[in-house]
Amino acid sequence: MPRKLPEYNAASLADIAFMLLLFFLVTTTMDTDSGLERRLPPPPPPNQDLTNQPQIKERNVFVVLVNKNDQLLVEGKPMRIRDLRQKAEEFMANPNNDPKLPEKEVKDVPFFGPTEVTKGVISLQNDVGTTYGTYIAVQNELVGAINDLREQLAQQKWNKSYKDLNEDQQKAIREIYPSKISEAEPKKVGKK
Amino acid sequence: MSKFRKDDKKETPPISTAALPDIVFMLLFFIMVSTTMREVTLKVQVKLPQATELSKLERKSLVSYIYIGPPQQQYQASLGSEPRIQLNDSFSNVGDIQDFIISEREAHDEAEVPLMITSLKVDQYTKMGIVSDVKQELRRVQALHINYSARKRTEKD
Repeated sequence: MPRKLPEYNAASLADIAFMLLLFFLVTTTMDTDSGLERRLPPPPPPNQDLTNQPQIKERNVFVVLVNKNDQLLVEGKPMRIRDLRQKAEEFMANPNNDPKLPEKEVKDVPFFGPTEVTKGVISLQNDVGTTYGTYIAVQNELVGAINDLREQLAQQKWNKSYKDLNEDQQKAIREIYPSKISEAEPKKVGKK
Repeated sequence: MSKFRKDDKKETPPISTAALPDIVFMLLFFIMVSTTMREVTLKVQVKLPQATELSKLERKSLVSYIYIGPPQQQYQASLGSEPRIQLNDSFSNVGDIQDFIISEREAHDEAEVPLMITSLKVDQYTKMGIVSDVKQELRRVQALHINYSARKRTEKD
């Protein structure tokens, strides 16, 4: 009969585990990355004919210019960032069919039937000297305007938040309020 | 009543710590599962801008990071304080971005390449000139899905 092994002392096991725990606490991060998601336009084809581009009517374009002093010029008028969201929503929705605001085109959208869809495009141009923080603030307001409109429509139609709709319903709403924010090719306006 | 009184001289027994390692291991596993390793040591200072319309980056393995900002204090003597680009662990130029994106793609499955996202972590006081250059490079290499990293704005202005 072999001798019974003595039970080993497990008191330091906790210390070892604590050491591992501290190591992981120090070397890892828990913060989830978040940010504004955008899609860049594909690069222009090399032999593009610049003269033969489709003309977009002036009433269909919402021009936002940001200069090197981080000042905004929206549709030819100076504006503060906090007023931009409302102005952009007005432009994209055009509730009263104002002739100065963008045209609408009747499209067949699932769930909604024939619906008037705006032809408006938001054009954002910035200077080389614009501060990145301002640029993000402007982008944020423009994305926010479209998100607000989508949210309103979702509430109106299904009484639900846009986030809670299924994939097809979201797609239908995206078709009515497309995220059309175009960024011009960078150019230098004014001296640095 | 002496039948119930057991031992008058008995001291309180020491608390058993046998379960302590189990508890600590539980914490350890929780932290190992719910966190991620720090990817790079930052050589540039990045103070992210604030925004409200944020979306989360879902799959971290598919994200490539580009950092732009003024160099950290210890590098400023040799590099100056103008914003620089950091890719992986080193300072880079705009021309290195194409190679960086291509090597990131090669590290992934071909099926996953269209899902890849480039996250731009840019200091909020950087001028747009350098950011536009980076965006042009990304367009040239067809990495069109980007994410401007930002913090959640806490209070209203």
